[in-house]
This record gives sequence, C-alpha cells and structure tokens, in this order.
Amino acid sequence: MWIETLIFYFFAAVTVGSALAMITVRNPVHAALLLVLTFFSSAFIWMLLEAEFLAITLVLVYVGAVMVLFLFVVMMLDINLAVLREGFVRFLPVGAALALGLFTMIWYAFDRARLDMIGAPTPKPADYSNTRALGQVLYTDYVFAFEAAAVILLVAIIAAISLTLRRRKGTKYQNPSEQIRVRKAERLKVIKMEAEKR
Amino acid sequence: MTLGLTHFLVLSALLFSISIAGIIINRKNLIILLMSIELMLLAVNLNFIAFSHYLDDLAGQVFVFFILTVAAAEAAIGLAILVVLFRNRRSINVADLNELKG
Repeated sequence: MWIETLIFYFFAAVTVGSALAMITVRNPVHAALLLVLTFFSSAFIWMLLEAEFLAITLVLVYVGAVMVLFLFVVMMLDINLAVLREGFVRFLPVGAALALGLFTMIWYAFDRARLDMIGAPTPKPADYSNTRALGQVLYTDYVFAFEAAAVILLVAIIAAISLTLRRRKGTKYQNPSEQIRVRKAERLKVIKMEAEKR
Repeated sequence: MTLGLTHFLVLSALLFSISIAGIIINRKNLIILLMSIELMLLAVNLNFIAFSHYLDDLAGQVFVFFILTVAAAEAAIGLAILVVLFRNRRSINVADLNELKG
C-alpha cells in the first residue's frame, strides 16, 4: 500500500511543479512542453485510480493531438514576448492571493469526516477490463450523448477549417464542377479531310 | 498511510488554484490563457475520476470522456480563432482587442 502512496506523492509533485512552472515561464513553447509534462504525470495518477482507458486517452488525445496543435500555433505566430509579459510582476501578488484564497476556501469546504467514511473500493477481479466496462455503458446508457459528442467533433472540424481557410488572389484553382460537366465536343474535334498529296 | 479520496481532491484543488493564478498573471497572453483553461479542465477531470473510483461508479469516467471530447473541440476552435486574430491584428495581446468597447 505504501508504494502506491509513494507513487502518488511523486507524480502529484511533478504535476503541481510543472503546472506552476507552466504559468510562470517566459517562453510559450516551454509552457506548452511543461503542460505536456503535467498531462503525462496526471495520466499516471489516473492510472493509479484504475481509469486505464482515460489515462491512455489523455496521453493520446491531449499530448498527441491538442498539445501538438498548441505547439504548432505557438511556433507559427511571431509573438512579441516583451509586450505580453508586461504587468506580470504587477499581477503576480494578485494571482497568488486569489489562488491561495480559492484553495483555502476549497480546503474548508471539504467535509473531512464524511469524505474519510468513503473507504477504498473493493478490488476488481484480475480479468476486469476498464475499457470493456466503459464501452458497455457508453454504447448503451449514454449512446445519445456519445452521438452528440461525434456531432460536436464534426462541428469543431468544420468550424476550425472554415475559420482558417483563406483564398489568396492570383492563385490558380481547379473548378471541379466545370471539370465534371465538360463534354466531348469541347475537347475533341474530328475533322474530315482529304489525304494530302505528295 | 493509505491513499484516500482527500489526497486526490486536494491535488485537484491545487491544480485548479494554479490555473486560476495562471489566468490572472498571464492576462496579456492569449495562448497561455488557453493553456490555463486546459489545466483547469484537467483538475475537474481528476475530481470526477477520483469520485468515480472511490464510489465505484463508472458514470464519472463517462463524464470525463465527454469533457475530453468537448475540450478537444474547444482547443481546436480556440486556436483557429487565435490564428485568424493574429492574421488580422498581428498581435495576440488581450489589451489590443478593444474594438467592441464592451
């Protein structure tokens, strides 16, 4: 049991440390990489909570897709860092005080006595599959929400593409509908003529 | 010393507070703001998963699954808006976005 506690404290320290570094580093690229580290270490903590499928999903979807997207955008934009950093020192005490206040509030909101009544759950059998169990409820009880999530992703794809699509002047485009509607007479002309005499 | 539900709740509260601080102190840089929002969602997800584990109810994990989906969509659209904004204004400074005078 103590080894689990040790693992928890290690990854919790990594998570909190990299999150703190993420909000304070100067370079947005470093911030994105530190956020990747935060996601990685919290995937380990999710693994500790026996949410294996979601832990893998976090690594694949967040680290593999969302954070790569962030890195792409950060590297694509030519940002003036000095302007963006001004006011950092001024707002640092405000941010720290607000975060501390919020944390104390949440801390006092915990009903420790009742939370401790929830003991550790009974261990699952060895052949229990988290992915299978999740799939079983996802495709039965939550199937409409699942379909709605698919629609949301489709909307996101279309919105992201249509937002960033731009047409430049002077670029040559194909017009597929004209290409399809072309008839033989427009391309090929058969001429009847006498053979040339030598 | 065994791991209890409180350990995970405190960790998630810490992450949430850190992301609030990140939003306050990086209020000029839109990219860091978006990253702080992702961190906030991560803290909420940790809460859901901890309760799902300790109460032995899969509904929490299903909820996290949908939060991940929506967060991915949000990040994609948010970054697309950011790119369009940068194309038009050559800046991602929040202070420059004052056209509407709201």
